[in-house]
Amino acid sequence: MPVPSPFHERTAPLCRSLRWKDWAGYAAVCSYDTTHEREYFAFRETAGLLDVSPLFKYEVEGPDAAALLKRMMVRDVGKLAVGRVGYSCWCDDAGKVVDDGTVARLDDDHFRVTAADPTLHWLQAVGRGFRATIEDSSARLAALALQGPTSRAILAAASDADLDALRFFGTTRARIDTLDVWITRTGYTGDLGYEIWVERGGALRLWDALMAAGRPHGIEPAGLDALDVTRIEAGFVLLGVDYYSAPKVVLESRKSSPFELGLGWTVHLDRAPFVGRDALAAEKARGSEWALVGLEVSWEALEALYESYGLPPSLPATARRDGLPVYSGARQVGKVTSHTWSPLLKKYVALASVLASHAATGRVLEMEHTVEYERRRVPARVVATPFFDPERKRKP
Amino acid sequence: MTASASSAYDAIVVGAGHNGLVCAAYLARAGRRVLVVERRHKVGGATTTEEIYPGFKYSCCSYVVSLLRPWIIRDLDLPRHGYEILPLEETFTPFPDGRYLLRDSDPERTKRAIAKFSKRDAEVYKQFGARMAELGRLVKPMIDGPAPDPTARSPRELLRLLKLARHVRGRGEEWLVGNLKMLTMSAVDFLAEWFESEQLIAPMSVSGIIGTFLGIRSPGTAYVLLHHYMGEIDGSYRAWGLPKGGTGAIADAIASAARALGVEIRTEAPVERVLVENGRAAGVVLAGGEELRAKAVVSGVDPHRTFLGLVGEEHLPPEFTAEIRRFKLRGSSGKVNLALDALPEFACLPGVGPHLRGDITIAPSIDYLERAYDEAKYGRFSRRPFMDIVIPSLTDPTVAPPGQHVMSIFVQYAPYKLAEGAADWPNQREAFGDAVVDTLAEYLPNLKERILHRQVLTPWDLEQVYGLTEGNIFHGELSLEQLAFLRPAAGWSRYRTPVERLWMCASGTHPGGGIMGAPGALCAQSMLSARAL
Repeated sequence: MPVPSPFHERTAPLCRSLRWKDWAGYAAVCSYDTTHEREYFAFRETAGLLDVSPLFKYEVEGPDAAALLKRMMVRDVGKLAVGRVGYSCWCDDAGKVVDDGTVARLDDDHFRVTAADPTLHWLQAVGRGFRATIEDSSARLAALALQGPTSRAILAAASDADLDALRFFGTTRARIDTLDVWITRTGYTGDLGYEIWVERGGALRLWDALMAAGRPHGIEPAGLDALDVTRIEAGFVLLGVDYYSAPKVVLESRKSSPFELGLGWTVHLDRAPFVGRDALAAEKARGSEWALVGLEVSWEALEALYESYGLPPSLPATARRDGLPVYSGARQVGKVTSHTWSPLLKKYVALASVLASHAATGRVLEMEHTVEYERRRVPARVVATPFFDPERKRKP
Repeated sequence: MTASASSAYDAIVVGAGHNGLVCAAYLARAGRRVLVVERRHKVGGATTTEEIYPGFKYSCCSYVVSLLRPWIIRDLDLPRHGYEILPLEETFTPFPDGRYLLRDSDPERTKRAIAKFSKRDAEVYKQFGARMAELGRLVKPMIDGPAPDPTARSPRELLRLLKLARHVRGRGEEWLVGNLKMLTMSAVDFLAEWFESEQLIAPMSVSGIIGTFLGIRSPGTAYVLLHHYMGEIDGSYRAWGLPKGGTGAIADAIASAARALGVEIRTEAPVERVLVENGRAAGVVLAGGEELRAKAVVSGVDPHRTFLGLVGEEHLPPEFTAEIRRFKLRGSSGKVNLALDALPEFACLPGVGPHLRGDITIAPSIDYLERAYDEAKYGRFSRRPFMDIVIPSLTDPTVAPPGQHVMSIFVQYAPYKLAEGAADWPNQREAFGDAVVDTLAEYLPNLKERILHRQVLTPWDLEQVYGLTEGNIFHGELSLEQLAFLRPAAGWSRYRTPVERLWMCASGTHPGGGIMGAPGALCAQSMLSARAL
């Protein structure tokens, strides 16, 4: 049974829909209202406030902290300046992804790592022999994601942070209602946004301060359903949905390399050995078998398909994670792992894993779609991700 | 006088309203050279958002969107040009006795809300919505293509009619009877077949009268209800939305798409007349005398202005002119836009809540609405009018400073022809504005002290400022005798006119008004398939 998060006292009365789910052992709101639509539009038009306390968090400190994380991560996080955050994944020896997350350099020898899965054992295993301490700060720290176009104005009103100096993927200490917090300009919505980290004792005061400052700026508490739509629009993969953690699966075919997840850009090969380097170098040389692509479903074809049943087109109301086969002619060439209607783009979009030979942008594949209990197919074009990438996200 | 090179353009579109822009974009998409000339300083026509009071952006005329055709959004890739639609889910109706009705997208919540007035109505409400959506879906092919014309006896027409007949075939007699009834009944009578509580019938009936000079008890208004159930957003029917940045942002997005396709747009270029040579349109003459020539001229203004104004009777068959004169515009509504320094509160439901961010309807009873119509019949604006209100700034922070708001109030009835004459409107404008605010203050006691600025647009203003003849927001009433193959005149529903090479692309043609874009797109398609340019 999930336990309450540090913000539960505030989120529970607001969650009138009673729609909750288990996120890493915590009770997390799916949507405050019966549908997530309003919360989705808050992320995209005003600001959504999301409890992200269930994220796993680790403090890596000591003279060898940088060296340890350079060893573990595919990205050369040693190059991060103090006050910068890097997104990376980490692999097993075979170069298959274990998890992905952010690494924030809070000080020369203090890093904070976030992860989707428990990672203490992995840090300890990789960190053997390094002069660094590893603390699991998951329960000690509460966190809120404040995401959306007005998030900067809200934070400017609520905190003393110099937000003009806080660039995309930067981090800074700040005070909000006399609380010491860390602010990172990061998030999972692909929009302008921040995450705010605080000692759990200050959680409710942080919530209240942000809600109060946010009122004139259209702040809305938002849940995971809305987040799921935005993260697909942003083209972000999700552990356990779009890929699986290599050590946790039985079938080799379920494992993925960073290249196969569209995360090749995080892999820095030309440096001292790190976990999985040789395998990744070899894969890079020989080419990957799979590729993560964006798919855009032909609405005309979908409409025609439904019309043939005498029905108007209908799509699931929320982002979906049911895997769907992807075909090229008679052959199955991959699978859709996440799909959603994008209310902003007016498009039905999907993240899919397809054979690299079929991943060229513009290629038209077919995706399974069930109408009236019958499995049919609709054409879907391979497009570049992110589907949605607003300028404001990285604007200084 | 300057004369541009002969037929420098393939087409000149008169008026940069949303239909003119859509038409131009489709023509340019087919490789044609197109110029749009607009009288005002900005594009959009009545699809406009303007900063009348610093910091506050009013969607002066049209204020919500529903019917903009999804295929136009896709064809022109409007989301890439800034087209964003935000949800508008709630309908809130306050009553003078302190009760209220709040309907939204949650069926169970809505059912409970209606049950306060009638358990029976609460049960059938969802069924009614499904039935209307089904009807709307069947009518949809009508609005996505040219009107089938039974007066034209060509084989192609017969084929189209046959197709439509197939569309309804097998639906059964009951279905047919239901539809025929719907075509002739009043909104109130039709709704009364489904519902018993007036608190539900009154606010639902107003969809039947918006933009017409009819009352909710007038025959023929039931059909117009259907128009409002045809709205679709993202493939879901009966969905209304708020365009981000106001309705003007829709025009800007279409204009941006049109420009990207090569369309040239000239603002502050009022057309004085259409140049007719040997019975053919050859271009336009701007005020000031500049002559612009093109292979075709497309009118994006209403039928009266087009034919009686820009073309001139001397170029038209008298029977056609007579029909156009009979085409009813008679505006019946006005608009009041407010800048508010904070949200006002309803006496019946104080505080800030979801009820403020949807559609707020002042339609407390059937008699109230009918009485409002009575006054209009005799040339007076309603002292206590029907009002349809939105506060878009609650959903879209770009239209007002933080913490402050804009309120858009659609007001009916405001007859163009006052007892004292239409030209008396400037004298009655503020009294009309006062009647609106006073009536609203009965429900929102602290409204008046929140008002920073007020814009009042009477039908007279809609005509003078936006060029809508008699202030009709749809370029002609959406009444049955003015729809489909009868819009704007029998035999002339296909965007052609008696003047060769002169076409019509705006709301005065099939399928009519609202931010739909279909007339513009269908006109362009007709022109292209007729190889008119």
